[in-house]
Amino acid sequence: MAHIQLPEGLPGIVGPLTYSPETARPLLLLAETLLRGPNTLTSAEREMIAAHVSYRNECNFCQLSHGAAAAAHLKGNYDLVEQIKINPESAAVSDKLKALLAVAGKVQQGGKQVLSEDITRARQQGATDKEIHDTVLIAAAFCMYNRYVDGLATFQPLGREAYHDMGEQLAHEGYVRDRFQDEQQAAQA
Amino acid sequence: MAHISLTEGLPGIRGPMTFSPETTKPLAELAQVLLTGPHTLTPAEREMIATYVSSQNDCLYCQSCHGSTAAQHLGGKDGDYEFIAEMKRDFEGTSLSPKMKALLNIAGKVQQGGKNVTTSDVERARREGATDKEIHDTVLIAAAFCMFNRYVDGLGTWQPSDPEIYREIGQQTSSQGYVKRDYGKPLEAIAAKQRGANS
Repeated sequence: MAHIQLPEGLPGIVGPLTYSPETARPLLLLAETLLRGPNTLTSAEREMIAAHVSYRNECNFCQLSHGAAAAAHLKGNYDLVEQIKINPESAAVSDKLKALLAVAGKVQQGGKQVLSEDITRARQQGATDKEIHDTVLIAAAFCMYNRYVDGLATFQPLGREAYHDMGEQLAHEGYVRDRFQDEQQAAQA
Repeated sequence: MAHISLTEGLPGIRGPMTFSPETTKPLAELAQVLLTGPHTLTPAEREMIATYVSSQNDCLYCQSCHGSTAAQHLGGKDGDYEFIAEMKRDFEGTSLSPKMKALLNIAGKVQQGGKNVTTSDVERARREGATDKEIHDTVLIAAAFCMFNRYVDGLGTWQPSDPEIYREIGQQTSSQGYVKRDYGKPLEAIAAKQRGANS
């Protein structure tokens, strides 16, 4: 049972997003910009940062949904996603992404945990200011989304299979999809 | 020195907000929806939730800005600033309503982690008259400030301690809100100090 009355049967963040459309708009636009906007980091890499932070925050819904989105970008490579969540240093990803995942892990513990040497390491592996900025903000944003989902005790299906289609949809259609169209049209008029 | 190259002289989140306009848009809109506008919780109450969480996260910039904004909503007198300082130290001991205390208790649990919010925390809030929307918004304000605080601290931004700077920010934000603002505009309290240093 969720802590507040949410629409029945909607998993994880989908319940509160439906309950509160006025806050859903900036929350979804933020996710779309961070995870799918133009960037030198691929969407797969950015979804892996989101999945890693959500795993560290023990948020079942977010780690499985963003893990599935990352896997959808990676032609179904769930093994890599599992490694990224649990032990990114031994995963078969670039040294730059490993360094960025280390920064994200520090942000998850608290902003002040990010040290100059964490940033130096990322820079040595070729990370740009924008990549460091976006990594910090993705990690920080998932400290929000995870708390939103768990703090309201939302319904969260168990098991990877329940998230497969959601991952495909997030990866290929995104977070905004057909939402806010009225507003977008009104803004253009 | 911030971890990335940010515009000089912009304190706290203003540096990264100016660095990354495309993420600033939804971030500012989120703060606007959560903290301003019509609501059964006053802007001062919602800013207090933001302030309390930021203080629990030990983010100097955010607790000072939102504390000052809350104090300005309350009238902006010295006593209002003292009340906010007291609220951060021990909200249970203040003259806040039992409902606000119950909501601040929930916000403190969210700060520790979403799973720390228990049924009895929520029951307490409900007994004191909190609605579903008030509980929802409290959880989301607290969660959002776990983001904003990490964004500000995680980039090693410049966070001055001069209360005059935060008084100016509180005056701006309590009257203008969060959207359609130029966060790259230098603050008068900082410019005045620089003029003093250069003369």
